[in-house]
Amino acid sequence: MTGKFTRRDFLAALGGAGGILVLCETEPADAQESGRRAHSGDAKPAAISAWLHIGEDGTVSVFTGKTEVGQNIRTSLAQAVAEELHAPMASIRLVMADTDLTPYDMGTFGSRTTPTMAPELRKAARAAREALAGIAAEKWSVARPAVQVAEGKVFCDGHSAGFGELTRGQQLVESIGPGVPLTPATEWQVAGHSIPKVDAREVVTGKHRYTTDMKRAGMLHGKVLRPAAFGAKLASFDDSMARQISGVAVVREGDFAAVAANDAESAGRALAALKAEWQSEPQPLDRELFAYLKANAEPGEDRQRRGSIERGMAEADRKLSQTYTVAYIAHVPLEPRAAVAEWNGDKITVWTGTQRPFGVREELATALGIPEERVRVIVPDTGSGYGGKHSGEAAIEAARLAKAAGKPVQVVWTREEEFTWAYARPGGVIEISSGARSDGAITAWELHNYNSGSSAIAGTYEIPNQRIMFHPSKSPLRQGSYRGLAATANHFARESHMDELAHSLGIDPLEFRLRNLKNDRQRAVLLAAAEKFGWAKQKAGEGHGSGLALGFEKGSYLAACAEVSIEGGRIKIVRVTEAFECGAVVNPDHLRNQVEGSIIMAIGGALFERLRFDNGRLLNPKLSQYRVPRFGDVPVIETVLVDRKDLPSAGAGETPIVGLAPAVANAVFRATGKRLRSMPMSF
Amino acid sequence: MSRITELEVNGISRRVNANPERSLLSVLRDDLDLTGAKYGCGEGQCGACTLLLDGEAVRSCITPVSQAAGKRITTIEGLERDGRLHPLQEAFLESGAMQCGYCTPGMIMSGVSLLGRKANPSDAEIVHGMQGNICRCGTYPRIVAAVRMAAQHAKSTRRPS
Repeated sequence: MTGKFTRRDFLAALGGAGGILVLCETEPADAQESGRRAHSGDAKPAAISAWLHIGEDGTVSVFTGKTEVGQNIRTSLAQAVAEELHAPMASIRLVMADTDLTPYDMGTFGSRTTPTMAPELRKAARAAREALAGIAAEKWSVARPAVQVAEGKVFCDGHSAGFGELTRGQQLVESIGPGVPLTPATEWQVAGHSIPKVDAREVVTGKHRYTTDMKRAGMLHGKVLRPAAFGAKLASFDDSMARQISGVAVVREGDFAAVAANDAESAGRALAALKAEWQSEPQPLDRELFAYLKANAEPGEDRQRRGSIERGMAEADRKLSQTYTVAYIAHVPLEPRAAVAEWNGDKITVWTGTQRPFGVREELATALGIPEERVRVIVPDTGSGYGGKHSGEAAIEAARLAKAAGKPVQVVWTREEEFTWAYARPGGVIEISSGARSDGAITAWELHNYNSGSSAIAGTYEIPNQRIMFHPSKSPLRQGSYRGLAATANHFARESHMDELAHSLGIDPLEFRLRNLKNDRQRAVLLAAAEKFGWAKQKAGEGHGSGLALGFEKGSYLAACAEVSIEGGRIKIVRVTEAFECGAVVNPDHLRNQVEGSIIMAIGGALFERLRFDNGRLLNPKLSQYRVPRFGDVPVIETVLVDRKDLPSAGAGETPIVGLAPAVANAVFRATGKRLRSMPMSF
Repeated sequence: MSRITELEVNGISRRVNANPERSLLSVLRDDLDLTGAKYGCGEGQCGACTLLLDGEAVRSCITPVSQAAGKRITTIEGLERDGRLHPLQEAFLESGAMQCGYCTPGMIMSGVSLLGRKANPSDAEIVHGMQGNICRCGTYPRIVAAVRMAAQHAKSTRRPS
């Protein structure tokens, strides 16, 4: 939905049902760094972020544009509602990421769901509870404050009613803004507890239908002709052989060519029967990547500027300049990009796994040349994203094919397509020059990041003279968001450099960090991790060592300690301790799951993930050629959750990933005396 | 080779009409609408497509359907008995051993196969036995815990013979 809403629109969206409807009115969130437009054209995003409906049968339906990609917000948002509505978890149904049914949402990224969407839903639930109590008070002719709501029932003085009994015949629409009182975290009954994933049974029985599992009546299977190199132009095209295969539809629009057939086998044969020649421009080799990024860098802009670097350097007893690099890596969501497109007259519905359903609706409208009102995007709970599914490639492909074929079409990318034609986490070069006094006080810090991004580019250390710059560059690969964005690269560089400085000054790395930190939350997680890990007791030996790193991003603080051993020239991560603080913990078990999962995903980028490319072609677009973490790579993991019930909850799906790589780099240095400054790290 | 016309899936004989070279995964998913086994890589590297042939785990994305003819095929849809989940499915729920869940059916089938070979595996044996399955969300420690839990459950409920 776009533009202004009317009460009738809402009731129509709910199938004309009565009951109680609460609308959350808010200002739209700020755009994130992805650089994409927040929203199209003239219509500003509706200042309604979510709504909550209690039907005449008592069913609680919550409507949000957020997507479930494994971060378990379907559970945590239901907890938020259950908490304030005083209703059982099982009575709450979340309708998510359906552009016809849910309000506009910029997308599920930036760890925004918990800090922004959850409070909105809590307010809506609280308002709904008040409304129910009000209806009951009137019905029973009792004083409003005497009415209680608990466990999905409303009661007072021997009266008792379920939500449905009170909402029947109602057509109440309420708008809420700021200022609704919410239950403090110290009093949470449902939120703050380890509620199991709400649809886990559907998952373990194989019943949950991902986009790749969908079937529609008469549905065809689509395959897309891929260019021979990035940016290649279709120079010649002959589809006469493909068209001879029975039931095959062929689409050609500019450089886009694709086929659809009754079954995947026929579609594959038709694709193989297309004859095409491609023309492409020479493109860089991955060996030249870092020189290329620097050579093509823009002057950039200051992200932080304080004091004078010259003065800070003049005050320093030790000076250090080093360069760190990170490779391009792939998200590798286990469910590849996929979409099912179905036209109904001049309207189209597309089911697809994306983190930005409204963004993809806009992409579809543009690609198809139709208004957004005629496009509906629905996102089934998706086989992960990690920031890699912001875009709607498969959606557009399926839509074009469905139009040509006059039937619904499903497009499921192969793993090779997902590696090659999705976007990558940017590679980058980070240069740091620093100075410190012999007492451990850092006097100067100059950092230049080329291409990898500006997330978490400035740390939490107290440094009087700083200059921090981000320089965008020309990327040889298509690049975009990733879990934590550039925070991993910037933490890798900063925390490695901190370790190098500490070593050159002969100060323990923990002590060195504490001397330059005032932030209480940052200090608290650092000390918590060090204590749990046993930092004071650890000893480096031949081929064995420990390292630590700390960090802050998207409202969350962390510290990680890692113990490594070097076996046959290979880095083996033995043990990792991570302390994590994101304000009041909403679901401790799911938070642990995110922290553990982030640490494990981080091992890939730290030790072996790297996209290799040459002249516009990816050289390792298969899982047999691109190694991701497996069971055998997993160290002993200890997580310490610092639960700050006095602070608002921040998102936690991304930030726990940033500490592992620098902690490992620093441990490797302790074990071997060798400093590894490139991710992935190897000897 | 002649076309495959019959498969025994989860104890039921199913009519199909498939080119023998097609992958077992595509026949189950596209022709029989059994979508629990997932496509993840198409080269037997990720294990999302894992199912059992005569009780042994196979990667159905690289298994020609001809190899499944005449064998007992068990998919994730066939683990539930009389409305009761398999102990390993229960253990996955109990351990919260998933995030996005896309790898979960393949993980469970690999785990069932492992427990069939070895009733009481050590953690190292679980890690070794599950090494061919990828969970990109990184829930490996929870999956190991779930397999261990299911093994212990089987041990405690086993009747003396």
